Amino acid sequence: MRGQGRGLQVYAALYLLFLYAPIILLPLFAFNSGTIIAFPLQGFTTGWFAQMWANATLRTALTNSLIIAVSASILATCLGIFAARASTRFEFPGKGGMMGFILLPMVLPEIIVAMSLLVVLLGMGVQLSILTVIVGHTLICMPYAIAILTTAFSSLDKSLEEAAYDLGETRWSAFRLITLPLVMPGIISSLLISFTISLDEFIIAFFLAGNQPTLPTYIFSQLRFPKQIPMIMALGTALVALSIVLLALGEYFRRRGNARMGGNPTGGFL
Amino acid sequence: MSETRYDRLDAATPMIECRGVHKHYGDYHALRGIDLTIRAGEFFSLLGPSGCGKTTLLRTIAGFEDISDGAILIDEKRMDEVPANKRPTNMVFQSYAIFPHLTVAQNVAFGLRRDPRGKAEKAALVEDALAMVGLRGYGNRAAHALSGGQRQRVALARALILKPKVLLLDEPLSALDRKMREQMQVELIKLQRQVGITFVLVTHDQEEALVMSDRIAVMFEGEIAQLDGPEALYARPANRRVADFIGVMNFLPARILGEKDGIVTAEAPGLGVVDLPARQVSRANPDDDGPTIGFRPETMTLVGPNQTHSQPRETNATIDEVVYYGDMTYYDLRLDGAAAMDGKARPVRISMRNVFGRDVQDVGTRTRLAWSPGSLVLFR
Repeated sequence: MRGQGRGLQVYAALYLLFLYAPIILLPLFAFNSGTIIAFPLQGFTTGWFAQMWANATLRTALTNSLIIAVSASILATCLGIFAARASTRFEFPGKGGMMGFILLPMVLPEIIVAMSLLVVLLGMGVQLSILTVIVGHTLICMPYAIAILTTAFSSLDKSLEEAAYDLGETRWSAFRLITLPLVMPGIISSLLISFTISLDEFIIAFFLAGNQPTLPTYIFSQLRFPKQIPMIMALGTALVALSIVLLALGEYFRRRGNARMGGNPTGGFL
Repeated sequence: MSETRYDRLDAATPMIECRGVHKHYGDYHALRGIDLTIRAGEFFSLLGPSGCGKTTLLRTIAGFEDISDGAILIDEKRMDEVPANKRPTNMVFQSYAIFPHLTVAQNVAFGLRRDPRGKAEKAALVEDALAMVGLRGYGNRAAHALSGGQRQRVALARALILKPKVLLLDEPLSALDRKMREQMQVELIKLQRQVGITFVLVTHDQEEALVMSDRIAVMFEGEIAQLDGPEALYARPANRRVADFIGVMNFLPARILGEKDGIVTAEAPGLGVVDLPARQVSRANPDDDGPTIGFRPETMTLVGPNQTHSQPRETNATIDEVVYYGDMTYYDLRLDGAAAMDGKARPVRISMRNVFGRDVQDVGTRTRLAWSPGSLVLFR
């Protein structure tokens, strides 16, 4: 038994190492003064971060990516709220098939989605810009948003909204006062997941952004220049830190919401 | 029968009127022409098995469901175009629908959001409402931390604070355990007397309906089978299906021998020939083999070997089974001659209160059963 336990421990340790070692290398080299990504480490520096901050193209890419991610996550979440509410609250013909088709892009190869979108947009004569990327990202974020929000909505007692309506509120104010606060943890989860998906999405951004850089396409373009790699490491470090902060925030709000309602954790990702 | 509370209610003030109410869900005909008048101040119950349309009817009165045909009037106003949030009704939901993210006081005050009165005045109203349901001082508790019984009380306070003309209760006690349920039944009756508001209760529990209601509408398959007070419903069921649904009733096959001046002469194996006036005659089920005679377990009495009794009729019987409940004993009996008709044994169930000095009789004992034709109901 003991030997078997030891074996599993080693396996688990190796597994975690495989998952996280590459990511741990990011901050290691981001603060390393050497220009070549190789051990042994040289001195400590924050110079790469300064260089990153001073880089105008990178700032544009970052701004673009943030605009895209924020817009796409809000759009996907809003549309997701409609779909999740409809699918959990009402029965209508073809509901099963419709929900299936809405969730399909989750498993569709992204390159197919990107290509077909490009063909359609070009065919319609739409100028490629960050707007077209927003459209594409909304499309791929929607299934995730709907999956999360459906869980949140389905754990909600249907009588709650009816009770508020019965007590004199309108349909809309009943939704705003009762349903919205109760599904808020799901909404925050959906926003965060969509934001994260959009922020690091490469293929659609690469196809649909025209000549506008986003963070992933910018990083890809800079990998050709060895000189830039430490700065990219610094950028990667910043992104990892941002992701951790966002996920922690999301989890905090979700747990606070659950504690307030005494409910079981549902609709969250952690 | 004595005058009931319902008889004393002012007959001139109908609170809810349903006139030929139909409800279709696609091909499904959920309500099939409901005609019903509920009086002001009445404790009214809609009783029936699941799927009989009782909840649908309640929801059409509340305004959550449109009706396909007919009319619903509340306090003499047609409700066709009035949405649920503008109707003078409030509802206590089966799940209570307590808002989990609000405190008890915020829950109770929810309906006052559009009320122009001041904060202090509203707070006093909330306190009063909580005191009325026995939750004084619970205002600051988180709603999700309450027990089932407490949630139920919050739901009541939240609905009653708006002083509705009608309070609708959708199976409000079904989620509570037996003790709590019996306690809440009594409290609900007292509360209704106190506030004087018309209560309409939906339940599938016949005992609950009998305990609480002034009048009961028994529903099957979207129709009202009988509308009566609890005593009338129990003693004179309008048809065999109602008799089956309310309480326990024994049924014996019967033969109609004749009919004269409204009195039916019938014969049942084991009971002999009886004359039954029209008020003891009800309708059989469409799928019954023929007429049956029914009686309740408590309307017949087991008589000990040397006991005398004052009942007009007596039947000899053998005890097949004895079920002892502490306060009551149930006896399954074979009446002499019950199998004479076609050889089938037809056990009947008799209940006896275990009063002091009366011994429980043993299985296999030969015994006498005393009864009166007045307790029989003929279903034909």
